[in-house]
Amino acid sequence: MGADFVQFSLTPMLIGTLAALACALPGNFLLLRRQALIGDAISHVVLPGIVVAFLITGTVAAWPMMLGASLAAIVAVLLIETIKRLGRIDAGAAMGVVFTAMFAGGVLLLEQSDTSSVHLDVEHALYGNLESLIWLEAEGWGSLFDWAALSQMPPQVVRLAVVLGVVAGFIFVFWNALKISTFDEGFALSLGIRARLLGFGLVVVTAIAAVAAFDAVGSIIVIAMFICPPAAARLMTDDLGRQVAWSAAFALASAVFGYVFAGYGPLWFGAAGSVSAAGMIATVSGLILATACLFGPKRKRIGAAREA
Amino acid sequence: MRNALQGSIGIVARNGETALAADLSNLPLLIDGLTVSYGEKPAIFSIDASFAAGRMIAIVGPNGAGKSTLIKAALGIVPRLSGTVRVFGQPIEQVRGRMAYVPQRASVDWDFPARVVDVVMMGLYRTLGFLRFAGTKERSTALACLDRVGMADFAERQIGQLSGGQQQRVFLARALAQDADLYLLDEPLAGVDAATERTIMDVLKSLKTEGRTVICVHHDLSTVERYFDDVLLINVRKIAEGPVASTFTDRNLQKTYGGRLAGAHIEQLRLPVE
Amino acid sequence: MEGFLSALLLQSGYNAALVGIGAALLGIAAGGTGTFIFLRKRSLVSDAAAHATLPGICLAFMAMVAFGGDGRNLTGLMIGSAASAAVALVLVDWISRETRLPEDAAIGAVLSVFFGFGIVLMTVIQTMTSGRQAGLESFLLGSTAGMLFNEAVTIAIAGAVAGLLLLLLHRRMTLVAFDPEFAATTGVDVRSTDLATMGLVLVVTVIGLKVVGLVLIVAMLIIPAVAARFWTERVDRLVAIAAVIGGVSGYTGAAASAAYPNVPTGAIIVLISFGLFAVSLAFAPVRGVVASLYRHVRFQRQVHLRQGLLAVARGEPIFDGLTLKVLRFFGHIRADGVATLSGRAAAAKALRDEARWEVARETHQEDMSVARFDGLTAIEKVFTPDEIAELDRRIGDRIGVVA
Repeated sequence: MGADFVQFSLTPMLIGTLAALACALPGNFLLLRRQALIGDAISHVVLPGIVVAFLITGTVAAWPMMLGASLAAIVAVLLIETIKRLGRIDAGAAMGVVFTAMFAGGVLLLEQSDTSSVHLDVEHALYGNLESLIWLEAEGWGSLFDWAALSQMPPQVVRLAVVLGVVAGFIFVFWNALKISTFDEGFALSLGIRARLLGFGLVVVTAIAAVAAFDAVGSIIVIAMFICPPAAARLMTDDLGRQVAWSAAFALASAVFGYVFAGYGPLWFGAAGSVSAAGMIATVSGLILATACLFGPKRKRIGAAREA
Repeated sequence: MRNALQGSIGIVARNGETALAADLSNLPLLIDGLTVSYGEKPAIFSIDASFAAGRMIAIVGPNGAGKSTLIKAALGIVPRLSGTVRVFGQPIEQVRGRMAYVPQRASVDWDFPARVVDVVMMGLYRTLGFLRFAGTKERSTALACLDRVGMADFAERQIGQLSGGQQQRVFLARALAQDADLYLLDEPLAGVDAATERTIMDVLKSLKTEGRTVICVHHDLSTVERYFDDVLLINVRKIAEGPVASTFTDRNLQKTYGGRLAGAHIEQLRLPVE
Repeated sequence: MEGFLSALLLQSGYNAALVGIGAALLGIAAGGTGTFIFLRKRSLVSDAAAHATLPGICLAFMAMVAFGGDGRNLTGLMIGSAASAAVALVLVDWISRETRLPEDAAIGAVLSVFFGFGIVLMTVIQTMTSGRQAGLESFLLGSTAGMLFNEAVTIAIAGAVAGLLLLLLHRRMTLVAFDPEFAATTGVDVRSTDLATMGLVLVVTVIGLKVVGLVLIVAMLIIPAVAARFWTERVDRLVAIAAVIGGVSGYTGAAASAAYPNVPTGAIIVLISFGLFAVSLAFAPVRGVVASLYRHVRFQRQVHLRQGLLAVARGEPIFDGLTLKVLRFFGHIRADGVATLSGRAAAAKALRDEARWEVARETHQEDMSVARFDGLTAIEKVFTPDEIAELDRRIGDRIGVVA
């Protein structure tokens, strides 16, 4: 576990973990508000956002792409709300219309533009390339204290750390208001809580997490991180605070074990090469959820299922 | 539009005092020409109503009459198509600290991860402000409120495990924690057991004794006389308002409920028939 | 442009014509099927099914290679995709029923985990048989270019079969979608009908994999149904309109993809259907935005007119700006706020109508027409002239009642 680990495994694992945590935390509230699939929607619209940013700026630099993706996410959310209101269409269908159309738009733009000089393919956008985020400039554990080496770390580390801070900060600051407005919106409004604005804020934070994590694990697998750790946590406890803690633990486990299995699993099976780390992280989170569904202490529904 | 003359005469009659005492601008709740619509049918149309302090007022009407909508509009929770609402003479946003709302049980997700005491502590939200989490002081206030409704032993119970009556008591405890001057309750006695009904009415009466105002959307015609001082009859529009004795009459009820209340039924309620 | 037109007229070659017809049939079947899951408010279940096809495709590929066959045999891959999608749907159902998790969480979890696992399998295939998996990635976004003739035929036939099934089952599916409890009481087996609907979704999804890819097949199930919603309130028309929109999008999209370079089939079909949706949202007369806006404004004016006239009749001051504007517009008050002659007449009528309705409520107690009193329907539309005369007589009889 020496220089090799720090060079090739530390940063991908760290990035994967930070991404998983940044998604799992807001995922708890999305789950309780029955908005779990907004992660699905946002993940799909990241692609067109990035393509548009690329077309405008002509580069694949990180900041324009992240800005494009964030704007696309916000546009999508606004369109979804508009369609829901204007047409009295249910949330799922409204989401389905918007994110598929935007994704299709992104695909078309991509095909039409000249991307031969640039590595921007749809498959990458869908499932990322975590394994490639290595830290070649590191020479061992000592490099963590070496400023020169640190500045050569993949930028996703710092980026995701900052995003995680923003996400955690939002949840911490608005904890009480989020709790009340999720439980009983009418009562929250009567207290003067700006429930709609708060809901929008939650979605914005979700979008930021999705966009940042997208770079590491691709858009589709971000959904797994939004849903599986919080869902598993929900089946473990009846206390909101503990649920959030469980979800963080499950997210961490999914990221770490997922990466390890992806990298070393095939070797254990006698095969060469590794498999998709992002895919494996999603799979592990699914296995954790499956275990919770079968054995979680609070998995049983108490009353009748509530209509969507 | 408001008939100012009618309003002030009504108040003078209720309080039995002379005209000057009836300062319209300080009423706990004053509604003027209120219209709310969902889509194109008005849920309530041009309602004028005034609610005096220290009284228990029932809002009564058939299904779909707009009773819940009226309460929600009074709280500023649904948008108004026209009309004004004044709470203690001021716009709603400025006096939220003096209002408490008990919504219908069905509007809430009871599968939410929270204990009984957590729900009651939500009522203390406005006292906490930002970045402060509920601590021992809030907890003891919540427990005291739970005690008032007879639910102190259930403090640690998961809310999904409660019966309908117990859930209603928890909601009431939450409202008590808000320590408000005006209480708006939406069908607080719907689907609760007899013991819970007694407890809730005792608590509401004690609120009235403390000088607070209690407005309830009430579903059970046979208990209006027993529990309430004043009544507001609506069916999309206001039919009548005033003290129960003079307003809750056979004639007004027939106007409110149309053909749905047979004459025999009304007699069962033993009302003064005109 | 000529290329596009000739493609539309099926003049661009055998392959393009087959793809066009296949895409049209797919669009019809998807639009129709999608309507039923839309009505049940379960549109995104199709997203889970679509993404869950990936592991099945990979496993089918690996199995066929292991048995020495061509891993890319379309029929085999379709069977594999249907199998894993079916498992996914069963899991979504199980999670929603047996645990406290809501259905949207179940959908999202199954969708992402199955897809993630599918990606893992794809990379396994990559290492096993380098280069050979290139065919599988095409299922993500579809690829009609270089489609084999028999593949196109398979798709066209499967599309036709799906359409036929839809025709046979649509009455039962409509009943269940509209009111499952009522349907159950009339002896319709709700559970098996739901299963049949889901089965159709599966068939459509699997067919669509090759044409538009698994990411976008969801669009063909959802968008036409949502677009159709703005045109009608009746279920049978909804299904028909959705099927037409789906079919048109499929056909023209395929033609555009054949005619123009760098236009992926799936994407253009989805964008065309979205365009049709946008037009429906804006301009459809029943539920479109423009129509709704018009009705809302008209309603608001009616409310304010009524309230204004009543205030004028009662001699109350009016402060609301919109009310004053409306009254001025109809010539009921002058610019200085004083009522005109016609205004006072209209106000008196409004007041009298109020009194009439009050009497009507008492005398017509069992009458549902009285329940229609929303403050705005003209009394002449509800009661005959002699009935109104009777109401007037009663008002006259009552002492000092006029409001």
